Amino acid sequence: MIVAVLICIFGLLGLGIAGVGLALRPLGRTVVYAAAAGLCGVIGLLALIGLGRAPSTILLPLGLPWVGAHLRLDALSSFFAFVVGVGGAGASVYALGYGRHEQAPQRVLPFYPVFLAGLFLVLLADDAFSFLFAWELMSLSSWALVVSHHREGDNVRAGYIYLLMAAFSGLMLLLGFGLLAGATGDYAFETMRAAHPSAGVAAFVLGLALLGAGSKAGLVPLHAWLPLAHPAAPSHVSALMSGVMTKVAVYAFVRIVFDLLGLPSWWSAVVVLALGGITAVLGVLYALMQHDLKRLLAYHTVENIGIIFIGLGLAMAFRANGFAIGAALALTAALFHVFNHAVFKSLLFFGAGAVLSATGERDMEHLGGLIHRMRISSFAFLIGCAAISALPPLNGFVSEWLTFQAILLRPGLPQWGLKIMIPSDGALLALAAALAAACFVKAYGVTYLGRPRTAAASNAGEVDKWSLSAMIGFAALCLLAGIFPGVMIDALAPVSQALLGARMPAQLALPWLSIIPVEASRSSYNGLLIFSFLAASTLLTVWAIHRFASRAVQRGPAWDCGFPDPSPATQYTADSFAQPIRRVFGTVVFRTHETVVMPPPGDVAPARIEKSSRDLIWETFYEPVARAVTATADTLNQLQFLTIRRYLAFVFLALVALLLALALWQ
Amino acid sequence: MALVLLAAPLLTGLIRKVKARLQARRGASVLQPYRDLRRLLGKEVVLAENASWLFRTVPYLIFAFTWVAASLVPTFAAGLLFSWTGDLIAIIALLGAARFLLALAGMDVGTSFGGIGASREVMFASLAEPAMLMVILSLALIAGSTQLSTIAQFMLSPAAGLRVSLALALVAFVIVAIAENARIPVDNPATHLELTMVHEAMVLEYSGRHLAMIELAASLKLLLMISAIACIFFPFGLVIGAAEAGHYLVGLGAYGLKLAVAGTMLGIFEMSIAKMRVFRVPNLLGGALMLGLLATLLLFVSVGL
Repeated sequence: MIVAVLICIFGLLGLGIAGVGLALRPLGRTVVYAAAAGLCGVIGLLALIGLGRAPSTILLPLGLPWVGAHLRLDALSSFFAFVVGVGGAGASVYALGYGRHEQAPQRVLPFYPVFLAGLFLVLLADDAFSFLFAWELMSLSSWALVVSHHREGDNVRAGYIYLLMAAFSGLMLLLGFGLLAGATGDYAFETMRAAHPSAGVAAFVLGLALLGAGSKAGLVPLHAWLPLAHPAAPSHVSALMSGVMTKVAVYAFVRIVFDLLGLPSWWSAVVVLALGGITAVLGVLYALMQHDLKRLLAYHTVENIGIIFIGLGLAMAFRANGFAIGAALALTAALFHVFNHAVFKSLLFFGAGAVLSATGERDMEHLGGLIHRMRISSFAFLIGCAAISALPPLNGFVSEWLTFQAILLRPGLPQWGLKIMIPSDGALLALAAALAAACFVKAYGVTYLGRPRTAAASNAGEVDKWSLSAMIGFAALCLLAGIFPGVMIDALAPVSQALLGARMPAQLALPWLSIIPVEASRSSYNGLLIFSFLAASTLLTVWAIHRFASRAVQRGPAWDCGFPDPSPATQYTADSFAQPIRRVFGTVVFRTHETVVMPPPGDVAPARIEKSSRDLIWETFYEPVARAVTATADTLNQLQFLTIRRYLAFVFLALVALLLALALWQ
Repeated sequence: MALVLLAAPLLTGLIRKVKARLQARRGASVLQPYRDLRRLLGKEVVLAENASWLFRTVPYLIFAFTWVAASLVPTFAAGLLFSWTGDLIAIIALLGAARFLLALAGMDVGTSFGGIGASREVMFASLAEPAMLMVILSLALIAGSTQLSTIAQFMLSPAAGLRVSLALALVAFVIVAIAENARIPVDNPATHLELTMVHEAMVLEYSGRHLAMIELAASLKLLLMISAIACIFFPFGLVIGAAEAGHYLVGLGAYGLKLAVAGTMLGIFEMSIAKMRVFRVPNLLGGALMLGLLATLLLFVSVGL
């Protein structure tokens, strides 16, 4: 099994090298993306088959001579490889059409397959060296893709910040693995799993895993690079980075904390739960303030990572208290959300890419009315919006429902920290879900509905068939995973069995394909029946009304309380739509201020409304670091402009200091 | 399913009648909402020129979402045939989906009123929905289930008793129900004054059968909320499991009585209070959210509270 997967991964790497030569050929794009789609699809299928099987390992004579490269495909990595495979195949199919608009294919085509290969290799790695190598391969190739349009806007800055944060996350993971490896210095995961680190070391490793994997995944306050870098890349790469790469970071966290570290302590669950809750709510609040469509989606990735970490934190809390079935439910909910988010976030980025290629605009304030001209993609985008807003009968609802069931499971935990944290996380999760729905009403309403605000929006046309088929395919996946959640839950059973020693009850055997997390009297949900009820009652109503009542339609000008305004500028914009929420939440979180400047009486100048807001996280966490680095660099900079006498004095002083240190040392 | 559909306009008619009597008017007959629906259904639809397919399908979808949600709430008997297809969380999410669609439809024509309605509605919802979910969490912790019929059974049993958390949950639930149904003091269902509209602003461009579907869905939602409150907090007379015809009759009578009482109380309440400023509503809903959270926290601390 693992050999077949490896062959596909090397195929991807080879495709990257071939991409250098193929990039400028007329058929190069088609060859690279079609092959990438095929290879990702094959790996996804293989991973799906491997999900229920025993782990398979292989030792390759690559890398460090005395270590080699340990690779392993177990249930956890199979599941994530399946997610990456689905996301990668979809993005590649989408790129078959979308890549046509690429101005500089030589900057994208060589790196794209390498990025995919890096994602898969992280999942397979079974020793710290190959893990970090694959991790850096993934980071660097995606960095190259982020700066592929380096002449546009802020992309170089985005790439710079991304590179810094990627280096930071790599360093943190390196230190974490160093602690795990311990005194023997064996970097194979096998040895780490067998060793049981002391409580202090485990706490350090958890902190480093949170910093390293969390900064890649986008946990607040380490998310700052994400909304800059994800939108800067070409849209299919944005989809991969947001939908898939953040999931690989989640994988790293799960691998370290659930697999390598052994039993967690309860307070570590409190930390993860708190970070998850804060990330979920802050992510969606940031998203609500955006009017750049792709940046809005990137902030929603931060939100969904928060939701996933809430599930993981619950699993840790239950596991620390020896409540394996609850932990299995929480972990299944989190991993289900991993899959769901990969699907609908990719779909939404495809939609944003379609808008971008049809109008050349990412700013929602310049769009509007696209539903008339981009019928199919607007429909697919709507499905994605409903799914990410956790509306039934789609998939986002099921995983959030499962998370709520996990929260409800056990109020009787002994620790006070958890007693307070778990219900608070329930409130934060509910708040995030409701705000996400608000945000996607805004995103869809301003972009696709209403009247076009610019000529670019009114002249848009539907995108090509490849892009559309990728979007429709993912929209169908959203619906299918929502209607048949039992399939997914049962597929996840080997993962929780392997990590926690327990699994959720088998779902597929239940009548009518409903899902029951614990027992039938507690809670049950049946996506299939809800969907068929909805479909049946809609069709019945439409039929009855058109048959027995009236079916006459007349078109007329909009009513608008009798004062329709012909100018599309009078519509609600993204900014004005979010104004009530900005006023309710933003005054605290973003310190937003609004002032209306009225001209003096008699003056015919227009009144102005001025708003200001601050990014407190950037100001507290990043600016001091940046300032300190700049100040140090400025101070050291003076050393470059000294006279030769002073340099000689420095050399002399350094020599004396060193000799003195040596003398004192002995 | 058919019962809630038939009873819903009657409840709306009753509330209007109560309000009219309190305003010293005679008021229209309680059957007036049925006549309005028939009249609207018979009329042709006037669509705005740039209305899209979304605008035309949304009324039916909203109606379907609300209807399915309403059919999952026990009215006079708890043993619904399909009650296991969805629990309270699913019911709230179905209503949330209906609101999501309605807010989108409000933005479809591209008028400023549609936008104002949608934007304010999602602002209210962003607080009302979590408040509702916290109420559900506290109920589920008490009854050990999110399944509405199981909760009702538990509430009928002597194990329920009087609890602090239940009282907090009831207050929060009522506040949310008022906000969700766009009643005074959150929104005024009878207004057409531009700056005070929320729900009415979103449906401003609708006419004919589309408007009829939306109005029917709104009455259904009101009935659903009252049924849910009755079934959770006042489950007297609710028929559990298999029973004789007589029990069903008693249950039906009790249900009718509960609806009448709730409708009258709502009418009196609406008459005795003024509509709030839009930006004071979040305080009210935030209060409901805090009450719900408090109820849940109490239960996490001790199951007996």
